[in-house]
Amino acid sequence: MTALSKEQPTSDVPAIEVSQLHKYYGDNEVLKGIDFRVDAGQVVCVIGPSGSGKSTLLRCVNRLEDPTSGRILVEGIDITDPETDLDAVRSRIGMVFQQFNLFPHMTVLKNLCLAQQKVLKRSRAEAVEVARLNLAKVGLAERENAYPAHLSGGQQQRVAIARALSMNPDMMLFDEPTSALDPELVGDVLAIMKDLATEGMTMMVVTHEMGFAREVGDKVVFMDGGVIVEEGTPAAVLGDPQNERTKSFLSKVL
Amino acid sequence: MKRSTKRLLRHLALYVVLLAVVLALILSLDWAKVQETFFNADGLKHNWHDLVVTGVKNTVVYTVIAFAAGLVLAVVLALMKLSEVLVYRWVATAYIEFFRGLPALVTILGMAFGFPIATGWRPPGGVLGAGLVGLVVVAGAYMAETLRAGIQAVPKGQTEASRSLGMSSGKTMAFIVLPQAFRIIIPPLTNEMVLLIKDTSLLAFVGATVGSRELTNVARDMMNSGVSAGTATSLTMAAVLYLVITLPLTRLVAWLEKKQQRAR
Repeated sequence: MTALSKEQPTSDVPAIEVSQLHKYYGDNEVLKGIDFRVDAGQVVCVIGPSGSGKSTLLRCVNRLEDPTSGRILVEGIDITDPETDLDAVRSRIGMVFQQFNLFPHMTVLKNLCLAQQKVLKRSRAEAVEVARLNLAKVGLAERENAYPAHLSGGQQQRVAIARALSMNPDMMLFDEPTSALDPELVGDVLAIMKDLATEGMTMMVVTHEMGFAREVGDKVVFMDGGVIVEEGTPAAVLGDPQNERTKSFLSKVL
Repeated sequence: MKRSTKRLLRHLALYVVLLAVVLALILSLDWAKVQETFFNADGLKHNWHDLVVTGVKNTVVYTVIAFAAGLVLAVVLALMKLSEVLVYRWVATAYIEFFRGLPALVTILGMAFGFPIATGWRPPGGVLGAGLVGLVVVAGAYMAETLRAGIQAVPKGQTEASRSLGMSSGKTMAFIVLPQAFRIIIPPLTNEMVLLIKDTSLLAFVGATVGSRELTNVARDMMNSGVSAGTATSLTMAAVLYLVITLPLTRLVAWLEKKQQRAR
């Protein structure tokens, strides 16, 4: 029994299953046949140099990027199928961006309530209740009437996490969530992500925070040049990398 | 010679030239005639009432109508221009380029005198109503371009965040993108309104009943009849009234732009 023991998923359908994913920008192939999998309850950290395609891979999972070819199953649903209701799938996938992307013309509370009301059709009272619960969770209960511009970067990112959580998602995608933050604000955001992982949230995290990947990740995936070079437990990939490119990358960032 | 002395002399020379030009103008003009033409005493005393109660009132009413209707039209055109459907983009582009390329007066006259005859359309408010529709048509074309720029100025991350929460593209546009776009374009939109205020004067070419004349039309009639007939006094007064409306607005635009720049 480890400290981070998790509820075992009831189904064995993977949360995310990507097969033979190719993505071109014009003639530039940024993803060169990715096979990738996240099981329910798992925390998978994707690391790699910039331009390696890791953010593109993550953005393909909720189709913010259209894959050129390949298949992406989210909880068994093929999201590359044109018949799939993409909005419904997206509402079950929380996404946190590097640049926070809070809605600047709305208060914190409205940021958290809007999609609950418009997508999940929750009543205002219910949405507010859920929102307050999640704001308390990220330690910002007293800031519900603030506008994003009046919050620090760290606070904005915590609100962004709370906004995603308010949709009660089945999984969370994090796209370099701490890269735009001042160093002293990184810790708060990582702590919240760690709490989420402890609660059993399925998470895919593109990050440069090797400490987080080692401590919280169930699996670490190293990408370079549009391919997955190496993957495995944090101890294996970060502690005892087999591939030269992995070794070279880690020697620069660790 | 020291540089500061040189600069002083240069400024002095510029003032002397300016003074000379002003003096020459003052001396060469027949000031009694100028005063009689632009500042006729009877006109200044008696014209205000009709100019304000009829002229300014109708100018403001027509501006508000054209602005509101033009804005609705602009939203439709801007969304068409940004549509994924090629034909929509074509139609919107053609419309915008066509009406921005024409003098507003041509559109207004065409709408007032040509369109109703050709189509059997009986516009509410007669030719003036039709002329006003022409103004809406032009205003919509200009504001559509402004709005399109505003929509495109909203960071892409906003749309992505909204879509990733499961909001449809329509809801994203309505609740996330358009409100922010409008905030961005408040200064240029206020500017469009100033242009529109001035363009309502083109309706003077269309003709109107006594009570539905806007400011320029009222002033022109006063040049032909009334206490200051045969002088341009009513035009001077109309000019003052236009400035009373437009100057605060242009000041407001400048202030809004400054405020927006600070917010960045």
